[in-house]
Amino acid sequence: MSRNSLFGANVSRRDVLKFSVGVTALMGLPYSMHTAIADAATSDNRPPVIWLHFQECTGCSESLLRSDHPTPAALILDMISLDYHETLMVGSGHQAEKSLHDSMEANKGKYILIVEGAVPLAENGIYCKVGGKTAKDSLLEAAAGAAAVINIGTCSSFGGVQAAAPNPTQAVSAASLVKDKPVINVPGCPPSPYNLLATVLYILTLGKLPELDDKQRPVFAYGRKIHEHCERRPHFDAGRFAENFDDEGHRNGYCLYKLGCKGPATFANCSVQRFNDMGVWPVSMGHPCIGCTEPDVMFHLSIFDKVQVHNPTPPDFYPNANPETRGKGADPLTTGIVGLIGGAAIGASAMVAANLPKEENDEEDEA
Amino acid sequence: MKKTRREFIKLAALGGAGIAAAPLAAEASAPIAAHEDAVGMLYDATLCVGCKACVASCKNVNDMDAAPAPNDADRLWDAPEDLDYRTRNIIKLYKDGEGDFSYVKYQCMHCIKPSCVSACPVAAMQQEPGRGIVFYDKDICIGCRYCQVACPFNIPKFEWPKAFPKIVKCDLCKFTNLKEKGIPACCEVCPTKAVIYGKREFLLAEAKKRLAEHPEKYQKEIYGEFEVGGTNVIYIAGESFDNLGFRELEFDSNAAFSENIQHTIYKGFVAPVALYGFLAFVALKNRKNHGHGHGHDAKHEGKDGSEK
Amino acid sequence: MVPKSNEYMALHREKILTPSFWVLLTFTVIGFYCIGLRYVMGIGAVSNLSDGFPWGIWIAYDVATGTALACGGYALAIVIYIMNGWKYHPLIRSAIVTSLFGYALAGFSVMVDLGRYWNAYSFFIPSRWQVNSVMFEVAVCVMAYNVVLAIELLPAILERFVHSTNPRFPKLKEFARKIYPKLDKVLIFFIILGITLPTMHQSSLGSMMIIAGSKLNPIWQTGFLPILFLINAMYIGYSVIIFESTLSSVAFGRPFEKEVRIIAKVIPYLTAAWLIIRFADLYYRGHLSTAFSGDYYSKMFLAETLLIAGGAYMLTWKHFRMSPRWVFVSAVMLCVGGSWYRFSVYIIGFNPDKGWAYFPSLPEFFITLGLVAFEILGYMVLVKMFPIMPNLEGHKKSA
Repeated sequence: MSRNSLFGANVSRRDVLKFSVGVTALMGLPYSMHTAIADAATSDNRPPVIWLHFQECTGCSESLLRSDHPTPAALILDMISLDYHETLMVGSGHQAEKSLHDSMEANKGKYILIVEGAVPLAENGIYCKVGGKTAKDSLLEAAAGAAAVINIGTCSSFGGVQAAAPNPTQAVSAASLVKDKPVINVPGCPPSPYNLLATVLYILTLGKLPELDDKQRPVFAYGRKIHEHCERRPHFDAGRFAENFDDEGHRNGYCLYKLGCKGPATFANCSVQRFNDMGVWPVSMGHPCIGCTEPDVMFHLSIFDKVQVHNPTPPDFYPNANPETRGKGADPLTTGIVGLIGGAAIGASAMVAANLPKEENDEEDEA
Repeated sequence: MKKTRREFIKLAALGGAGIAAAPLAAEASAPIAAHEDAVGMLYDATLCVGCKACVASCKNVNDMDAAPAPNDADRLWDAPEDLDYRTRNIIKLYKDGEGDFSYVKYQCMHCIKPSCVSACPVAAMQQEPGRGIVFYDKDICIGCRYCQVACPFNIPKFEWPKAFPKIVKCDLCKFTNLKEKGIPACCEVCPTKAVIYGKREFLLAEAKKRLAEHPEKYQKEIYGEFEVGGTNVIYIAGESFDNLGFRELEFDSNAAFSENIQHTIYKGFVAPVALYGFLAFVALKNRKNHGHGHGHDAKHEGKDGSEK
Repeated sequence: MVPKSNEYMALHREKILTPSFWVLLTFTVIGFYCIGLRYVMGIGAVSNLSDGFPWGIWIAYDVATGTALACGGYALAIVIYIMNGWKYHPLIRSAIVTSLFGYALAGFSVMVDLGRYWNAYSFFIPSRWQVNSVMFEVAVCVMAYNVVLAIELLPAILERFVHSTNPRFPKLKEFARKIYPKLDKVLIFFIILGITLPTMHQSSLGSMMIIAGSKLNPIWQTGFLPILFLINAMYIGYSVIIFESTLSSVAFGRPFEKEVRIIAKVIPYLTAAWLIIRFADLYYRGHLSTAFSGDYYSKMFLAETLLIAGGAYMLTWKHFRMSPRWVFVSAVMLCVGGSWYRFSVYIIGFNPDKGWAYFPSLPEFFITLGLVAFEILGYMVLVKMFPIMPNLEGHKKSA
């Protein structure tokens, strides 16, 4: 096993394979691919990666660093050649800027650009500058030499919190500025680190971009709604809901839809992949999904707003085989009016009849 | 005048006899038999677990809207109460107080002699020759809803809330799943094979076999074997079919009876033409006798009237 | 033979804008507003129709019953041309006008009721004909009869122009002069067609519900529905003639038409035949006990039967026949009873499955009411514009 691997030196091949099987499954690749993934993950051919930060909270980086497989050290030292990352770099100032510049020159056309954070455009982008350069300039410059751009987090993918109304800095997503390079969005606030890792490994292994949806997200991670794989789904189907935080239903682990869960409108694999290598995710802990992987949900809907369930499926209850009433019967108003008019007609006929002569004394015309 | 009265009686005999004799003549109609290629489904209520996979896949495959329950303001579920214009297939539950229960699936029964096809004035409701699938062509349909009146199972549904509505009913996925995968969607996804697809002959034999092997499990009846002349979709169940919401139906086909009456009266259009000819003969003769003038002899005419 | 001049058909010269005109106009406007709603929002939005009761009062009243009430022209034509009752000829035009309005109402209601009305042209495409369908027969027949009725009415319209003193339309007058004698020659063949067609479709209106099988209560469901509907249409037709003649006598201040008395004599024979078939059929099918079981359906059966039998029984007595009041009362009873029977076959006796219910919604009811009001309105206007009513002079002469 190479020292320059994704994993620490004391990690066995068996563990590598275990990780690879997991990531292979996550990417939706055939099982037989897992050895290829393992080889890619342990090869010396580390892809140069440049990681830029703009308007963001570094939560995405933090999320990545909190993962156990691989450890942060293995990730940045062994798995990829992380040439520039403002939070993790040892260097600073002109030294750091030089390393960025050198790497961009040396790996022109080969490096992967990972962008974290949105880009402000107001007043020529003065609201976010690094080394005297605006975020927009840095981004476009770095993107020009990149093989592909991966936007990590909702800010760089869709604008995120700073693009929410009233958006004083006119922040936009990095994705909207890069036009001539392959762009992959890995949204989430923060995204699951494995979605980023799987995307990188996919590119390494197969030498191409994974299949993307209409929002440029890898389908293997963002192909289905949270709702479809949620562990609380049986409660939804049965109509059992938590109505308030810490009410009886909430304590019983019922469905969080009525607390504003955005699961039915949110495409992500959180309910399957979960977080922090501990099998937890917000919904498992009693908090409704906030729809952070969707451009139109988080920061656009209130946390407590209910979303529309698209393509609803049958619930867990049944219509009666022998329904008691069907169709639309009489209502009092209609019956009254129909009766009134019918009565008027009968009354009028009776009046006519009453006014008619009882006998007609005309000449009898029957023989 | 006497002559006229006799003629009137003759006319009544002619006109009335055809119509009156029709139901009697119609009694002796040929028995209805399924085509050997007829396909259908067998639903075994004792195997159904009520998972509603069939309901969901039917909607997906046939691109139907969800039918939220009236009290479901958030539109959370596709919860039709009955078959409706968004629902071609539904699972219902029969439950009595003592814990006896059974699921039951409803969809078109695909009658061997379908009333809807017989009723439709413009052939929008059709039956496929051979396989016997009853299907609908909205481009021809005039929306008269006679098929709904005629159907003994109340299967065809109408898009009541729409300004440009159509009829909706199960067509055994004729244009979707059956065409693409050779099996209706509901039968494809059923996890317990409670509903299976096949030739009617085979399904009937299978149903009889199950009844023979487990007489204690099943009602003795195969619903659809004889009802309204037989249906291509047949049912076996542990609960009585009355409990499962099925009407008790005559074994004769209403469609065949209706057609026989109609054919008796209108065969070759002979009777209407004869009626016209006879009426013309009488009327022209009467007019000739009456002359062209209009001088009325009230007394005389009065006599005629009283004679009648 | 139709007269060549206004010898005994007269224009009812009175002003058109009477109070009853405005009342009828109000109902018409409400009705047409509801029809507008139906076309914009769909049938479900204005009616209580459902998948269990796909046909409501639009079919049961406007079509099935309305055409029977419009059978005056049919019934009278039989009397005049087949039974040689030429003295009733003065009544024929007003009967034809009401028939035309009744049938036009049915046609119009069908266009309101049809869900996919834009496809109605299918009836004119032979490849789409489905001759097994009773409705196909009814539809084609009713359409043809509407045309025949219009042709039958044409002489009245033409006369108006022939005798017109208004110099504004000289060409029209000339045209009317030219066409009138030609039409007169062939009219008898249309009149006979006008007897044949209702015989066909009035019986078929009964056949229509046979296919519903056991969804229609066994009290009404029988293979004899066609003959029952045919005879029913006839006695309703005669009753309507009496009803209308009496009403127009009252409304227009004209003397009572004596002809109705003799028409009244025909009715008991027809109802007797009808009742015999009705009860024999119930007995034959073993449902006599169902009919008298006293449940809801049985009560409905008894109500309609008593109205029909009662009305007809009164007319068997000369004493009642001689009295304009009692003739009118029995005519009303027969109309109501006969219509009730048709309602029973189409709605009251119809039970598609457990639990289904139907009662018309308010807009649905107002659509029917509006169309009926429109029909009466049209009649009132037409008799004041064209020579429809019997000429009083001629009438007196014949009396």
